Amino acid sequence: MRWQAEVQVALRSGINDPEGQTIGSALRSLGHASVSEVRSGKLLRITFDADDHTSAEAAVDDMCRRLLASPVMETATWQLRADEQQDAEEANP
Amino acid sequence: MTLTARRPRIAVAVFPGTWSERDFVNVATSVLGWDVSLVWHADSDLGAPDAVVLPGGFAHGDHLRTGAIARFSPIMRSVEEFAAAGGPVIGSCNGFQILTEAGLLPGALTRNDHLEFRCDWQSLRVEHPDRGTAWLGDLADGDVIRLPISHGEGRYVADSATLDALERDGRVVLRYADADGRVTPAANPNGSERGIAGIVNERGNVLGLMPHPERAAEAEVGGTDGVRLFRSLERWLQDQPAAAERRL
Repeated sequence: MRWQAEVQVALRSGINDPEGQTIGSALRSLGHASVSEVRSGKLLRITFDADDHTSAEAAVDDMCRRLLASPVMETATWQLRADEQQDAEEANP
Repeated sequence: MTLTARRPRIAVAVFPGTWSERDFVNVATSVLGWDVSLVWHADSDLGAPDAVVLPGGFAHGDHLRTGAIARFSPIMRSVEEFAAAGGPVIGSCNGFQILTEAGLLPGALTRNDHLEFRCDWQSLRVEHPDRGTAWLGDLADGDVIRLPISHGEGRYVADSATLDALERDGRVVLRYADADGRVTPAANPNGSERGIAGIVNERGNVLGLMPHPERAAEAEVGGTDGVRLFRSLERWLQDQPAAAERRL
């Protein structure tokens, strides 16, 4: 089965985020005076194959822990869904 | 003493995107008269060197995070084994970033607080050189040295417990300072926590630093303070019978 994981990597709360701060001040200078904070991060969309939901979850968890997020300064959250369109195309090419 | 006449031999790891390896080769061969070998990241044989260098650059394009992908290169397993056996390892700039990603040193290095790439000469205060004698043995506590920095992601971060432990154990060995050795916010070029520019591991054989000692080895290019780190290694090796035996 084909799966798609969407992984959000964010800086931990205590870590200074100068990129987010710069974007925040740009937004305020554009007239969005109410913006109090911007936190920057990364979005990774990963397509992969796994037998079932449980093994797909285990795979994403392993990817996040071993590579995608720094344990020192980042956290990773993710959503997983079956890539039904891709599965259908492969079934009826 | 025949042993002391032996030339140190260093292995310099080269990843796709490394850019400082030639400077290390130049210092080792032209300035110091050492033997040096370049080791490709996909190889796993370091060739039994006296010390290992992880140079600066942009290994694997700095993608994801600096050093995050380089730490999985095959050569890193050998570097980890070499370090675990007490072998001297130095990681400068991108090399420091790789060492933190590999878990050989604590903490992480991330975007400079002003978001700019900073390329400049920088004064550094030496602290606890006795904690990292392989690389700092010829320096004294409180010495101020000048080395170039050249990085966009050199801001050292770690949680406060880690920072406290590093300071308590004397493992912060270089801090960004002014010309008089004062560690001030104005002298900090990237927003590093507590002005940290270089740290050593618990055993003291692994040094990570953002500045470039290999770019401060000849007066013609602005300074020679970097040579003091290499001379420290030379002296340290002479004092290590085991290391001398390895070279025989």
